[in-house]
Amino acid sequence: MMTKDLEYWLRLSCLEGVKNTIKIDLITALGDAIKVYGASKEILIRAGFSKENYNTYYSENLKMEAKGIIDRCSKEKIKILRIIDEEYPEMLKYIPDPPILVYVLGTIPKTNCIAIVGSRKASGYGTETASKMAFNLVCSDITIVSGMARGIDTAAHNGALEAGGKTVAVLGSGLDVIYPPENKDLMKRITKSGAVISEYPPGTPPSTKNFPCRNRIISGMSLGTLVVEAGIKSGSLITAGCALEQGREVFAIPGNINCINSAGTNKLIKDGAKMVTDVEDVLEELNFGIAPLEKKRKSRRIKNNQLSQKERKIISILKIEDLYDEELSDRASIKLTELFEILLDLELKGLIKRSINGKFMLIT
Amino acid sequence: MFSKVFTCALNGLDGYLVQVEADISNGIPAFDIVGLAGTPVKEARERVKAAINNSGYRFPMRRITINLAPADTRKDGSGFDLPVALGVLISAGEIPQNSLDEYMVIGELALDGSIRRCSGLLCKAIAARELGFKKLMVPFDNSSEVSVVKELEIYPVGKLSDAVNHFRGNNPIEVLPPKEISISQRNVYQYDFADVKGQKNAKRALEVAASGGHNLIMIGSPGSGKTMLAKRLPSILPDLTFDESLEVTKIYSVLGLMPKDSPIITERPFRAPHHTVSSVSLVGGGSNPKPGEVSLAHHGVLFLDEIPEFPRRNLDVLRQPIEDGIANISRINATVTYPCRFMLVAAANPCKCGYYGDPTRVCNCTFRDAENYLARLSGPLMDRIDIQIRVPAVKYDDLENDRKEESSEEIKKRVNKARKIQHERYKKVGIYCNAHLSGPMLREFCKLDKDSKKLLRASFDKLNLSARAHDRILKVARTIADLEESEIIHSRYISEAIQYRTLDRTIRG
Repeated sequence: MMTKDLEYWLRLSCLEGVKNTIKIDLITALGDAIKVYGASKEILIRAGFSKENYNTYYSENLKMEAKGIIDRCSKEKIKILRIIDEEYPEMLKYIPDPPILVYVLGTIPKTNCIAIVGSRKASGYGTETASKMAFNLVCSDITIVSGMARGIDTAAHNGALEAGGKTVAVLGSGLDVIYPPENKDLMKRITKSGAVISEYPPGTPPSTKNFPCRNRIISGMSLGTLVVEAGIKSGSLITAGCALEQGREVFAIPGNINCINSAGTNKLIKDGAKMVTDVEDVLEELNFGIAPLEKKRKSRRIKNNQLSQKERKIISILKIEDLYDEELSDRASIKLTELFEILLDLELKGLIKRSINGKFMLIT
Repeated sequence: MFSKVFTCALNGLDGYLVQVEADISNGIPAFDIVGLAGTPVKEARERVKAAINNSGYRFPMRRITINLAPADTRKDGSGFDLPVALGVLISAGEIPQNSLDEYMVIGELALDGSIRRCSGLLCKAIAARELGFKKLMVPFDNSSEVSVVKELEIYPVGKLSDAVNHFRGNNPIEVLPPKEISISQRNVYQYDFADVKGQKNAKRALEVAASGGHNLIMIGSPGSGKTMLAKRLPSILPDLTFDESLEVTKIYSVLGLMPKDSPIITERPFRAPHHTVSSVSLVGGGSNPKPGEVSLAHHGVLFLDEIPEFPRRNLDVLRQPIEDGIANISRINATVTYPCRFMLVAAANPCKCGYYGDPTRVCNCTFRDAENYLARLSGPLMDRIDIQIRVPAVKYDDLENDRKEESSEEIKKRVNKARKIQHERYKKVGIYCNAHLSGPMLREFCKLDKDSKKLLRASFDKLNLSARAHDRILKVARTIADLEESEIIHSRYISEAIQYRTLDRTIRG
């Protein structure tokens, strides 16, 4: 891609005051940003440019800004994907107002995506569920898209990464502005296995007005959006709304009706979102959806005959319910000290894990 | 007339000689005490006056001056009453001169002339012996406390008049027969692990902690039995040796906390200060520095229940005492050092409301709330805690169960054995237990076999363990190996040690 070419895209992208839909219309009509730049004043005005817009578009300032962004991106190894690029997320192209370009760190996976979103103030139930759902979806070769915010988002990314799967984070700030700051390490890990993307140029601070726009990308990249836990005024409901607008599925995890944290998701279900209690519910729906999913679970499971008799016993007990180590020791009648060894072994094999409350659970 | 009586004052746990000089001269009647006397000593005037009068002697209505030498150290406490009274009586001619020259005298007076117990007597008795005194007069109620000090004639006295008669030679007080203290006497602990139903994991962790002297934190919902478990910890700690027990007794004696009937503390102390405790009462202090909770827990357990509720400042003052085993207290009047080699046992709820992650209770705390709650414990403090476990709520089934649980005595046998191995191993390097291993020692004494090395590496890669967990895991694995009487650290010991790092693993950064 030529830098010169990219500069025209950036000029158009950075032009403030012009609605994204107008930009998209122009690109669709003319086919390329360079052609938009070369278009006559008449066409631009008719498309919806005001006089000031027109002047800014051809100003020296905007040119410098675009050049600055290109420099900065090459320094930070940030890729810029135009909507006409092959690597640009396919599903995103079909929403009403896709960003004309996105900034990317890492590689956007080509697999089907599901968004998992939810409250920043998540409960233990929420984080545990988000992480579990992400884990299981990844095992069916699905990429998890989320917003890298605190709470559910972080749990979803973590769950996907734990299973060794792919995940994409969509930020509401520039890619070099990590928000929330404690997710610095998480961001690194996401970049390694998938991608972190943003429609905002590097250096953009996280601002409240960016987040609703960011949400349309989250839902837009995905076949469906799973809302795990949301209060009645949660931003995740905006994401769910975007998904509906874009004609994508909306899934919701039910919660305790007395719990304010679940009021939003329960309302979604009441309004017709698909209730999800198991990852199968998501997969099943998508079979009838836009892109039928071949249900092929990666066979992560180590064959039974590779496990010792005691390990098999533990697995079969954990199939019934999650347990503390000492409960396991009682049920399996294995001495606690011996059990510790077996548990760590199973954990390292990726068959079980310790949940937030300290119980051991099976990874399915 | 001038007279001199010997007594003793304390600086920390060490006693030093104080000479009580009494002078009676002609002049306007007065009674003054000089020599940097604290309030309780100044007040001795009133007690001495009344006690002498009420014992049937005449308090001289002349000019009396008492000097406490050395004059530049501050004297506090009530033990000066008796020496002052005897000094006055000698100067007044009631008691023959020089009859007290071989004695050290300690005691508080009541207004009726009887003698009350006072604090720090064990330390003072030991000081008396070291200062070369052969005879020590003490309050009758303190006699059992000082009876452990050998090579000293002890004269317990109940009334001022008895003391006067003794020195007049009228009715000599009998010397307290020396008591043989056997430290190996079986301690009956109030709490026993046999009463704890279930909680196998926690019990095992406590056994490991006791064996290696590791600090430990328990995290669990309210009512899961954290406090109950901690209270039983002293019952499985190795027995106190005579020297250790003397050290503990000294501290309790200084604070006047010794029980009347037992001469020495034979049980390992268990201290559980409430979270509103001030930093001064935690590590010690005051204008006349007194030992704090950390020293009262010397050779025993310091239990901090609801540790996140302790103000952070107060927890951070614990760092130096935990590291060095001594509490250094500097005040204007004195700098004092008290020993405090204790095992820290902490308990915490998983979040503010206590039910985070509990499957049966509603908890509206967010992941971040829970994380923040435990983050109140500073990194350097957590760094000193080797074992972290989750304590699940007790099941009703377990409570109903009549199965016989292992008693503390059985557990203690194993602990004693593991400790003995450690004593042998660390004889040359000057530490007592695995918890105190550091740096080069760790590499020398914690040799891993090939399998354990592989396992440790795999676990670090897979389980997101922090670097600081590495050394802790090695130490704890060392202790588990000692419990199993194995010199080599096998992989199964590593597995168990890793299970004791729950906090590193479930709380993600």
